[in-house]
Amino acid sequence: MHSLGARTQSSTRTRTPGEIVAAATPTSQAGRRIVDRAFLGVCIAFTALAVLLLVVLVVSIWQDGHARLSWQFLSSFASRKTEEAGVRAPLWGSIWVCVICAVAALPIGVGTAIYLEEFSKRSRFRSFIQLNIANLAGVPSIVYGILGLTAFARAFGTANSESPITFGQPESFFYLQLPFGHGVLAGGLTLMLVVLPIVIVSSQEALRTVPGSLRTASLALGATQWQTTWNITLPASIPMIMTGGILAMSRAIGEAAPILVLGVPLFIRSTPTNLMSDFTVLPLQIYNWSMRQQSGFHELAAAGIIVLLAVLLTLNALAVIIRHRLQRANG
Amino acid sequence: MSNVAEISTATSRAAAANNRGTARSRAARIGTERVIRGSLLACALLSIATTFTILAILLVQSASFFAMPQVSAWEFFTGTTWAPLLGEEKHFGIWPLIAGTLLVTSIAAAFALPVGLVVAIYLSEYAPSRVRSILKPILEVLAGIPTVVYGFFALAVITPFLHDHVSESFGTFNALGAGLAVGIMILPIVASLSEDSLRAVPRSLRDAAFAMGGTRFDVSTKVVVPAALSGIVASWLLAITRAIGETMIVALAAGGLASMTLNPADEVQTMTAYMVQIFTGDAPAYGIEYKSSFAVATILFVITLSLTVVGNLFLRAFREEYE
Amino acid sequence: MNTPPNAPPPRNIDIKPPMTMGAPAAVVAPVADTEHIAIRAHGLDSWYGSVQALKGISLEIPKCRVTALIGPSGCGKSTFLRWINRMNDPIPGARASGTLTLHGDDLLSRSLDVVELRRRVGMVFQKPNPFTKSIYDNVAFGPRLHRSFRRTDLDELVENSLRAAALWDEVKDRLNSSALGLSGGQQQRLCIARAIAVGPEVLLMDEPCSALDPKSTASIEQLIRELETSYTIVIVTHNMQQAARVSDRTAFFFEGTLVECGSTDRIFTNPVNKQTEDYVSGRFG
Repeated sequence: MHSLGARTQSSTRTRTPGEIVAAATPTSQAGRRIVDRAFLGVCIAFTALAVLLLVVLVVSIWQDGHARLSWQFLSSFASRKTEEAGVRAPLWGSIWVCVICAVAALPIGVGTAIYLEEFSKRSRFRSFIQLNIANLAGVPSIVYGILGLTAFARAFGTANSESPITFGQPESFFYLQLPFGHGVLAGGLTLMLVVLPIVIVSSQEALRTVPGSLRTASLALGATQWQTTWNITLPASIPMIMTGGILAMSRAIGEAAPILVLGVPLFIRSTPTNLMSDFTVLPLQIYNWSMRQQSGFHELAAAGIIVLLAVLLTLNALAVIIRHRLQRANG
Repeated sequence: MSNVAEISTATSRAAAANNRGTARSRAARIGTERVIRGSLLACALLSIATTFTILAILLVQSASFFAMPQVSAWEFFTGTTWAPLLGEEKHFGIWPLIAGTLLVTSIAAAFALPVGLVVAIYLSEYAPSRVRSILKPILEVLAGIPTVVYGFFALAVITPFLHDHVSESFGTFNALGAGLAVGIMILPIVASLSEDSLRAVPRSLRDAAFAMGGTRFDVSTKVVVPAALSGIVASWLLAITRAIGETMIVALAAGGLASMTLNPADEVQTMTAYMVQIFTGDAPAYGIEYKSSFAVATILFVITLSLTVVGNLFLRAFREEYE
Repeated sequence: MNTPPNAPPPRNIDIKPPMTMGAPAAVVAPVADTEHIAIRAHGLDSWYGSVQALKGISLEIPKCRVTALIGPSGCGKSTFLRWINRMNDPIPGARASGTLTLHGDDLLSRSLDVVELRRRVGMVFQKPNPFTKSIYDNVAFGPRLHRSFRRTDLDELVENSLRAAALWDEVKDRLNSSALGLSGGQQQRLCIARAIAVGPEVLLMDEPCSALDPKSTASIEQLIRELETSYTIVIVTHNMQQAARVSDRTAFFFEGTLVECGSTDRIFTNPVNKQTEDYVSGRFG
């Protein structure tokens, strides 16, 4: 009761906001400025750290590996003797696998994007597919390896791996074997699964950049949806789609885990000749060499990394050039 | 007016020229449209088929694993010993593998999440555009480096550094080296996605805060970051998912010894590394070790899928707010 | 160009007593010469989802004349226009009931070949939207969808469409250059040529001059008057002076209903409905 009366007494006169602010303890202005500067310092330090890490990475790998770079390195097969070993098999294996992956992923990925953006209305079905694609993007690549192993290499166990069904001669290019085993086709299709979400999402964004007024104008002239897409929307979005495709290829070239799961032989001394050929890829070869404790393999691994990064750089440069050329052509 | 005459002559000539063309078949047009629509739908359905097939394979093989006499589901989900290759006496408690994955991922997250966020804040709020135009490509380069390179880096540079300059207890295979390499790998993901989220916050919020006398630190940390929070959390979740699913770095640098340890200097085995061990080893195709790998894969898939779903929910909430 | 159009002689502008069809107090002076009606609407309702955009629209649009649809924003004039070539179809939740016919063909029928309809009814939009192709390919795009041509016939078609749009002299030496290099007014005339090339009977224009400067506007208004001998033209405009300059008949829409429709002279000088009078004299808009 007493305290209540005291409170009532002091609150007969309410304070204005200005008085409340004036009565509060001021934060030191100098202190605030110090915090501001300090935070900027932290930001720059962390960013410099990120850049430094990249520099250290590149420099240390160059130091370890550049001595082994030579034309002979690119044209020799792997060998137990480190002086003679080279990346010929994995380099060509990577190229084969990536081309197959691109040929498979681009039509399916762009087709899916076209369906979602141009041919379907906003509905639960469409949201379900979009959600599904977003989730597939987060699946670890080793799980895709398992899927590829079961679906492509083993064809779900329908055909017998010991005595496969074959078409054509093993020596010619047109040789097919069911199930695919651990040949380049199985590898390329497995990698296609890994990069498909990337291709779909980037193609969707490419299609979205085309203004709706162009589609409307085309429809008003009596074009069907496909005629509009094929003649108007797609040509306008090709530069971005190409860029997305090359980005996907960059991802595919660096993947080792799915190829591992397929069960490719460790020691390959040939380049692929047809779709069923045995193969290995650069990242896998680097992995194998890194695992060896003997000296010499360390330098080989570093040199292999340099080759791999060089291929990636070429791909990305290609993407930039293609995008510039096509953007100029489109006017 | 002569113009009207010109124009009506032109229109009738145009109409005449039009009529000289051969009309296209309506039935063919409708037929083609149907076929194309069907093929495109098939492409879209492929993605759903992929998810279901993965689920089916994992579940079927896991069921086959649990059906084997030496395996008990109880031990799998609660046991703390993972010893599948020890001859007769096999133990299949999953927790050492999960502990290994957790340890490596925690180290990676402890490095990448704060550093990535700070880098994102710098790029979005502080950096002049010239600096930004150099830094963003650098981030993109970092993001594109294949993971096996980071694995080599961990083995060849990070671990010797730890051994020589931190403590002798860091052996060839240790969790810290692998964890740091994974952290460097996911750093660009956190930085890029967080930066996108920060940039999406409208300028008017910053202007209002500056106008009230806020320092750049106040504005960035007390106004912009909270506004972009769901996007930032999404970037964290997606980066962690990548770290959990990472295979090559841990296969190279973390080791192959499954144990329940929290010591970063110890050798650990993650779920993904175990799978690599099985698939590159001599285990027979339908043996118990082989099937155990599928069971591990199922757990991995469930964990990453849950995190991805939650991460995408945050991302969608963020997009709805700002786009 | 301030005098009202004087080319067409007075037509069918009897002031009959108000006839309400569907919506309350709609004053529609019907076109007496019924053989020359191109488009007929009767009791046309339309919705976007649960929102009703058109309420009981009944009017007749005469052949080879310019009919203007006027009214404040959101009154439904563009919606009505877009039902004529079924451009509302892609909008989710869009539906219509009632009668809407073009030369007797039911435009609202589900089984209508919409593609063929859009060949007969062309549309020009508010903002010029040429394709990122050459001038020639822009004009040739439409006809190539529906028919296959010999090169000489296609050339003739493109040339005459561009002549009909009063653009030929300006572009005849650069047919293969990008259409995006043209000025705003030229681009809009290109869009008109593009629409003409498919050989329509009707041209729909949705505020075709609102994104253009006054000089281009004037040249397009003149073009519209010159095209009227060959095409039925329906133009939506929020510019009343433009409607007065360009059209023979005017229909005044308000909040989804048709308030009054009759000859342009009468609507602007002696409207029957008070609301019409308020709108055309600028008391609201």
